[in-house]
Amino acid sequence: MNPNWKKIAREHLAVLRLPPEREIEIVEELALHLEAAYDEALTDGLSESEAEARTVQTYDWRLLECELSRAEQPLAARALQPSLELIERKGGLRMESFINDLRFGVRMLVKNPSFTWIAVLTLALGIGANTAIFSVVNTVLLRPLPYKDAEQLLAVWEVQTKSNQSLFSPAEFLDYQTQNQSFTEMAAYRFMPFTLTGQGEPKQIDGMIVSANFFSLLGVRAERGRILQTDDGRAGATRVAVISHDFWQQQFGSDPNAIGKTLTLNGEPVTLTGVMPRGFQDTSQSERQIWLNPHNVVPDWSPNSPVDVLSIRDTAFLRVIARLKPNVTLQQAQTDVDAIAARLQQQYPRPAGHGARVVSLHEQTVGNVRPTLLILLGAVSLVLLIACANVTSLMLSRATERYKEMAIRSALGASRWRIVRQLLLESLLLALLGGVVGLLFGYWSLQVIVAWGVSEIPRLSEIGLDYRVFIFTLVVSVLTGLIFGLAPTLGAAKTDLTSALKEGSRSATAGRNRLRQTLVIAEVALALVVLIGAGLLLSSFSRLLAVKPGFNPQHLLTMRIGLNSQQYSKSADKKRFVSELNARLETIPGVESVGIGDDLPIAGTDSSTTLKVQDQPATSADALVSVGLHVINPHYFDALGTRLLKGRFFTERDRADAPSVFIINETLARRVWPNEDPLGKRIRYNNADPWGEIVGVVEDVKFDGLHLASTPHLFEPYQQNAWSFLVVTIRSSLDQNTILAAVQREVKTLDPNLPVSNVRMMEEVVAQSLATRRFVLLLFGLFAGLALLLATVGIYGVLTASVSQRTRELGIRMALGATARDVGRLIVGQGLKLVLSGIAIGVVSALALQRVIGKLLFGISPTDPLTFTVIAFLLIGVALLACWIPARRATKVDPLTALRSE
Amino acid sequence: MLDKEVKRGSTEMLILALVEDRARHGYEIAKLIEQRSDGVLQFHVASLYPLLYRMEKRGLIKGTWIEKTGQRRRRFYKLMPAGKKVLNEQRQTWSDFFTALDRVAKINPA
Repeated sequence: MNPNWKKIAREHLAVLRLPPEREIEIVEELALHLEAAYDEALTDGLSESEAEARTVQTYDWRLLECELSRAEQPLAARALQPSLELIERKGGLRMESFINDLRFGVRMLVKNPSFTWIAVLTLALGIGANTAIFSVVNTVLLRPLPYKDAEQLLAVWEVQTKSNQSLFSPAEFLDYQTQNQSFTEMAAYRFMPFTLTGQGEPKQIDGMIVSANFFSLLGVRAERGRILQTDDGRAGATRVAVISHDFWQQQFGSDPNAIGKTLTLNGEPVTLTGVMPRGFQDTSQSERQIWLNPHNVVPDWSPNSPVDVLSIRDTAFLRVIARLKPNVTLQQAQTDVDAIAARLQQQYPRPAGHGARVVSLHEQTVGNVRPTLLILLGAVSLVLLIACANVTSLMLSRATERYKEMAIRSALGASRWRIVRQLLLESLLLALLGGVVGLLFGYWSLQVIVAWGVSEIPRLSEIGLDYRVFIFTLVVSVLTGLIFGLAPTLGAAKTDLTSALKEGSRSATAGRNRLRQTLVIAEVALALVVLIGAGLLLSSFSRLLAVKPGFNPQHLLTMRIGLNSQQYSKSADKKRFVSELNARLETIPGVESVGIGDDLPIAGTDSSTTLKVQDQPATSADALVSVGLHVINPHYFDALGTRLLKGRFFTERDRADAPSVFIINETLARRVWPNEDPLGKRIRYNNADPWGEIVGVVEDVKFDGLHLASTPHLFEPYQQNAWSFLVVTIRSSLDQNTILAAVQREVKTLDPNLPVSNVRMMEEVVAQSLATRRFVLLLFGLFAGLALLLATVGIYGVLTASVSQRTRELGIRMALGATARDVGRLIVGQGLKLVLSGIAIGVVSALALQRVIGKLLFGISPTDPLTFTVIAFLLIGVALLACWIPARRATKVDPLTALRSE
Repeated sequence: MLDKEVKRGSTEMLILALVEDRARHGYEIAKLIEQRSDGVLQFHVASLYPLLYRMEKRGLIKGTWIEKTGQRRRRFYKLMPAGKKVLNEQRQTWSDFFTALDRVAKINPA
């Protein structure tokens, strides 16, 4: 009987997985051929079996498979190529085989959807998080500020003992402006809220008074009209304003003829000269809407001031920017201002450590957040590394499964390079897929980050995905692909064909397992570093919350009122308004106490001055103390809930005609009178004023933020020193809206043109001051969670694989009398060994990195042993859980089945 | 390398030449190559069909199942116009090549 040639042919062709109808055709044709050859052999006089053997053996099946697999490629162009290897060797058409490999890679990924999904998602999480954080870093730290030749721009600060970012007084500013050699220009500005009237409800708008060269120094142009010019700064110039694009839209309905129109600000007419382009940001990092020139005989940095403002040297309220002359370095500029400061120090003695400092405007704008952002970027890159380790591990376990496939490909003549290339290509494909999904994920997280953090991180509103982000994501994806693709391919290149085919690949598996275990150790170490970071930030945050602020933020409603219009130009008018307001607010039912001052705790001190003590030589620089200065009403501390330590609070009797009195805080008392009772001591800050007496000492109120050490503060009665900007704090347990409505009613009765603004509960103010930290903590926590999750999955994966590979061994152990408990302990022990090694490495790495995170911490050492211990145990606990499932599976091994396996 | 390519190209030309005057089936083509080249052109029969399929895809030849009475159906390959063109080109190339060889051999007598 003739052999079944069709069957023989079909068996050989099965490997190729041709389309069924095509396979039938080829099988039929080949069968005919074989049959003819067989018949011929019979004719030659061979026996049936000899004929069959000759026919089958002389036919080169391998060659057929190879050639057919090429010939049957659907790509038309391929048919032109007689031999792929040949062309490749001659250096032509590499693309061709690349596409081929690519197609194969895609097929492999599609064939294993669960593997592909897990890998792609893991990578997408890592890459996405990196993309998002990098976008932030890119926008905030890398992009130049949106000004002309932004690298020449500087911020200039005064330096005092306790602060290296103090403001300039007008007289000092003028000194620096005329004496410096390093700047083409210096400009000054002051934040200033304005009351807008005459256009509907009175409104408080945030603005600045700027020197006339402010805009030209930045090198920006107006979208409509013009920016301020030199003439606008001359004595007697009319008051003009440049407004933001948004303000132009809201207030003028985008009227193209708005230029030249008049606004009523603080009761004064101001002419509109220019509209800035949309998105213009001045140097304040907040949304200012209006910029005014200084005007009148004295450029009134503080509007309606009765004194010659330019001669003021005792009170500092100007911020200063400058543009470096070409070829002048920051260092040279610093030397220059140092020299000026030294000269001024001789002329006008100030507390020791007084000076000036230049810093690049970019650094000024983003310097504070740089460490935070870089640490976040560091943390996400660790998360990505963990993701890489996980995917590598996945690839390795798949490489074990694909070991035979590789061996066969190799046997069929594929070069090692070809196999490595194939595997690398698959990895890259995965990584790029991960990158694409990651980019989407990153884009989405960026929206969340911006929504949360826009007011906490400078320049965040400029954010977007630009080419740098795309390049970053691409590079990260490719690198990622190379990292996790390389390990399994190295294994593949070493493939020992014969042993692979013969013994079911046990030796190679062992090597891969070692690699996977190393990966788990690395993952645990990396995760520990991120977790410790998160742990430190968390304890640091909780410590911050535990800081005694020196007031009680609960049930405290706060708001601002600006007495900056012409109507209140006289001190007496302000004082009268404040005492009337005070009286009216106290009568509102449910109001427990009313505080009126000029500063809100936590939100920062606006004014500082130098304290002089009677009978202490004023020339000795050591004897002078910089203090934060506040003017307050009698119940200010009652409303805040601040404790009196000594003496008394102010009373209604501390009026303008009464002897001048002061209250000081604890820190000031300790600084100046460490061993004496400060009560009754006589002090002043303005040489023109009479000496005043200290009547009380209060506990330290955190005016500049919970994280800062308390500084000296000085309080004086509002009735003895009236200021224009009021902060009203109202303590009441009633609903805030009820109270607010009543307050607004009372204010309106007193002055219908006075807006009440910045209405917030004190708790919000405190929360706001912690928002950046909370934001960083949240992100870090998120990354730590991701790291923990990925590491856990990694441990679980390796142990599960290990259990299934050791089934036989476990079976033998159980057959020899090991109990389920023993086996479970064996597996858990194996996992625990990896975890503990990882923790050891992680602890060492975290210690090495302590200086990095130290900058973000408050009240806790970056090597805090408690945090390290808790995090290590947390990791061990979670790892034990991850070990437990595979261990349980191991205990369920049935010795009989196990022994039969393989 | 070149050797392999020449062989491959020549096999292709042989096939084209073999089906030039009439359509033939695979086994017949294989036999004819073996016989006519007297074993000088070593030819792996296993690569024949893949080569035929490739040539078919390029439109050089066309295979059709044909059933003759009393026989099983077989696939006959016939020359297509494109194949005719390639064949002529290749013939020309080879002939140029031989002419050149011939000339070189004559210019340099021993």
